[in-house]
Amino acid sequence: MSQGLEHSLTSWSGQALKHQASWIDDIDARVRVVCSGLFALVVVSSQHFVPALLGLLCAFLLVKSSKLNIKRTLRRVVAMDLFMLMLICVLPFTTPGDPIFSVFGLTASWQGLLHALLITVKANAVLLVLFSLVATMSASTLGHALAHLKVPDKLVHLMLFMVRYLDVISQEYKKMRRAMQARAFVLRTNRHTWKSIGYLFGMLLIRSVERAERISDAMKCRGFCGRYYLNDEMKIGRVDVVFGVAFLCFLVLLIGLNIDDLFK
Amino acid sequence: MHIVDGALSSPVLITGAVLTVIGVFIGLKKMDYDHLPLVGVLASVFFIASYIHLPLGFSSVHLIMNGLLGILLGWVAFPALLVALLLQVIFFGFGGLLVLGVNTLNIALPAVIIYYLCYKGIRHESAKVAAIWGAIGGAGAIIITSLMVAFSLALSGESFVLAAKAVLPAHIPIMIIEGFVSYAAVYLIHTVKPEFITKDAH
Repeated sequence: MSQGLEHSLTSWSGQALKHQASWIDDIDARVRVVCSGLFALVVVSSQHFVPALLGLLCAFLLVKSSKLNIKRTLRRVVAMDLFMLMLICVLPFTTPGDPIFSVFGLTASWQGLLHALLITVKANAVLLVLFSLVATMSASTLGHALAHLKVPDKLVHLMLFMVRYLDVISQEYKKMRRAMQARAFVLRTNRHTWKSIGYLFGMLLIRSVERAERISDAMKCRGFCGRYYLNDEMKIGRVDVVFGVAFLCFLVLLIGLNIDDLFK
Repeated sequence: MHIVDGALSSPVLITGAVLTVIGVFIGLKKMDYDHLPLVGVLASVFFIASYIHLPLGFSSVHLIMNGLLGILLGWVAFPALLVALLLQVIFFGFGGLLVLGVNTLNIALPAVIIYYLCYKGIRHESAKVAAIWGAIGGAGAIIITSLMVAFSLALSGESFVLAAKAVLPAHIPIMIIEGFVSYAAVYLIHTVKPEFITKDAH
């Protein structure tokens, strides 16, 4: 299983998650980034189940309307949920409260279970909104959007560089792995494996640094003076305003649901 | 390794975010535009490294290699890891958005500490000695990282203390593997291209 995972993840080269065209693609990138950031802030600071669940519902609706492949999207979240499962197993026993049942003298409490479930709901909601609003644009669009949002220039440049060279380096890595496989190398739990992987990693570093020197020379040769130009003009249109206002209203509703008196 | 959104308390989240912003600021100050290709390429190497899954008995662990990254990049590890983690959250769903500060701090601060600890040792003229320092750096970064993960969990509430205590033993196998892998990597670099380490990058 781990091998399959490795392959699917190293072949990412900065493209958006696979999806069919939808109305979400028409919304301005900056609006999408800001909206998902605010959403995360509101949902994570929610104290009650109702706003968190509403957030999760909204996240599902967004995933549905962004026409992401549902199966693949869920598979991405499952990896995180396996980690959460561990927490769900631990938290009920370590939180004091009304007991549900007891094992080996340890008592599980309702409060602990609810706490763990609340964390799961929040974490899933945030990730699904990120997938549907942000991951449906390519990483370079995201970089440009961040630059327009006044994120430090160098950081954006670093991101654009990284996205570009991830693909190149992962190809280099795959080439070297294939060469090892051709020589009948199999990953095992022993020192030989670790040494070989260490050599692989060291060689990857050396080749990459040499490549970086070539890139930098080639860029200087073409008059690179230390910055990219962001040519795309991003304009806020009517769709963006409508979506932004609707989303903000929804967030205000979530904040309102967090006021304590409502549930007492 | 990646903590998810919603688990940590807000003081921990805010402290993590503030410290990360400071670290990223220092890192960006130390990195000029000439270094961009180098930093970008190295950050991608570490992004790829985190997908190298090594078998461990019936399960598998993935490399983190923040120690080696720290040795090579110093403070610049902060912006490099921030960008890498941001991409991982958005496109792969590892971790969360608001805990990005804490997650970056937990991985990048050990890298910077290792940079200062192993600065001398890694430049030793004997490849063996340098490689041993590399192993110390690789394993040490994992120890510090897991301690910091444990602390950020434990500080978020009484109920997380048990989970925090479980973090440290869970990282011991990763620590051992990472030590061996770092040893081999530094040994190879020292033999093949010693100027890569010995020249002062910054």
